[in-house]
Amino acid sequence: MRRKLLLEKAHVPGIRTYEVYRKEGGYRSVEKALKSMSPDEVVEEVKKSGLRGRGGAGFPTGMKWSFLAKPEGVPRYLVCNADESEPGTFKDRYLMEFIPHLLIEGMITSSYALGANTSYIYIRGEYAWITDILEQAIEEAKHNGWLGNNILGTGYSLDLYVQRGAGAYICGEETALLESLEGKRGNPRIKPPFPAVKGLWDCPTVVNNVETIAAVVPIVNDGGEEYAKIGVGRSTGTKLISACGNINKPGVYEIDMTISVEEFIYSDEYCGGIPNGKRLKACIPGGSSVPILPANLLLKTAKGETRIMNYESLSDGGFATGSMMGSGGFIVLDEDQCVVKHTYTLARFYRHESCGQCSPCREGTGWMEKILLRLDRGQGKMEDIDLLWDIQRKIEGNTICPLGDAAAWPVAAAIRHFRDEFEWHVLHPEEAQKRNYGLAHYADPIHVPVA
Amino acid sequence: MAQFNEAQMAEFKRLVARYPEGKHKSALLPVLHLAQDSFGGWLSSETMDYVAELLQIKPIEVYEVATFYTMYNLKPVGKYLFEVCQTGPCMLNGSDDVVEHIFNTLGIRPGETTSDGMFTLKVVECLGACGYAPMMQLGKTYREHLTKQKVDEIIAECRKNAAVNN
Repeated sequence: MRRKLLLEKAHVPGIRTYEVYRKEGGYRSVEKALKSMSPDEVVEEVKKSGLRGRGGAGFPTGMKWSFLAKPEGVPRYLVCNADESEPGTFKDRYLMEFIPHLLIEGMITSSYALGANTSYIYIRGEYAWITDILEQAIEEAKHNGWLGNNILGTGYSLDLYVQRGAGAYICGEETALLESLEGKRGNPRIKPPFPAVKGLWDCPTVVNNVETIAAVVPIVNDGGEEYAKIGVGRSTGTKLISACGNINKPGVYEIDMTISVEEFIYSDEYCGGIPNGKRLKACIPGGSSVPILPANLLLKTAKGETRIMNYESLSDGGFATGSMMGSGGFIVLDEDQCVVKHTYTLARFYRHESCGQCSPCREGTGWMEKILLRLDRGQGKMEDIDLLWDIQRKIEGNTICPLGDAAAWPVAAAIRHFRDEFEWHVLHPEEAQKRNYGLAHYADPIHVPVA
Repeated sequence: MAQFNEAQMAEFKRLVARYPEGKHKSALLPVLHLAQDSFGGWLSSETMDYVAELLQIKPIEVYEVATFYTMYNLKPVGKYLFEVCQTGPCMLNGSDDVVEHIFNTLGIRPGETTSDGMFTLKVVECLGACGYAPMMQLGKTYREHLTKQKVDEIIAECRKNAAVNN
């Protein structure tokens, strides 16, 4: 049985309530940290754990925390990024919905480590019912002395609030999130200065993903070294994967990062294979921004090694033959799916979500959407494929925030690996309206060697 | 002009109290949600001006925010707003069919409202329910694993609720 650290208790009846959560060992990390550890010692444990940011970028959390400026007399803030909006990603929602006190506990322990006395959970506006769940959990925690003034008589005080966004993917970018939390449009800021120096209301601020903050609980309870024993290499601990698309068992799975992609897709413990006896065509393993991979490159690396569900293995081969762990949004496409159309919906998404500050992204996302739509409808020209490639190249790296890259990568990867399918749409416009291109050489069967 | 009633004003005060002294503008997004919920499901310019006055900020500071975020409706919507997700994972699982079925049943395309003012259809981008696709948001909650039959049931349920509340 593989170890679960976050969701192990998620389905204990009544775990959403304080009483049950506490009885199951909840809030121990707060007791331990506040009563027997200094804030720096907590930061040290997180460093030892090797925990990497679970929002998508994978930056070491302990290092991020150690960058936090601590000028005298200036408040510091911890902000939890619960603006989960990357297509394919719904893991934070699951955690907050089923075991909300785990996030509250993580917020208290982390806020203590960072010396924050006011913290916010910024949640996407559409998760309206989860806002209620979290506010209820905060009330319960406060009522039982885990929040407010002089927590557990230690002299440490913390207020915790939930702030709802209002529908903007860009607010998942940490500086856009802070702008939004200040009551403004979610336009990302130019960095530097980084939030660790000038964040919320120009004060030093740490922004962490929901899953990252929840992971601080087992790290403090068991020690950073114990946590780092799980997983492999620099992929320590467990990771929540939200699996969707054409699979038998979509849902949220907590994995230790040692299982193979093949096992994740086909074993009954996880996705349970592909419905209706269809074959695997492609997969976006880490949320819509990361490169799509054809089945053969998904299951094995270009070197022929088994691909594992962790940061290093998923990115093995770089963008030429690999992808990324990203946010853990695992989207599976079966043989009936059209890569051109799927890429079009993603391009439309990024056009819709571009904040409009940087021309390459504001204009480029719109152009990509239009070109992909006409290709999908069989009205494209062969040059369109090169034009698309050219546009994405000119967006990537030329914007102040990563949304530009996020919009460029899926288009680039789709052309890189499925160019023949794009060409077929141009050459067979009428047929492309009636049927899908199919599998071609790049897809399963599972053990096809990489061409 | 519409104003918050006592309960809504209490909620307004609770929201504003969550920020440090002088940072009350941070309450703008939550207060706009409150205003939209309180005044018929959309934000008229009068409503936005009222919010500006309450928060002691310039009206333009409210307009620029209200126009940025997709959840704020800047024109009237039906009593029931169907927000159907159409992004990749939902598309893979048949969101096009859901939109088509709503058109066949209610005669409205995305952005349109039924003539009786009962239903508005809106297509939206990823709402974070990819594993439970296709889906739509209806009010505060999600309706997931949609099928034609399920959509019919939701429409019937809305009509029933409207009849009861009238």
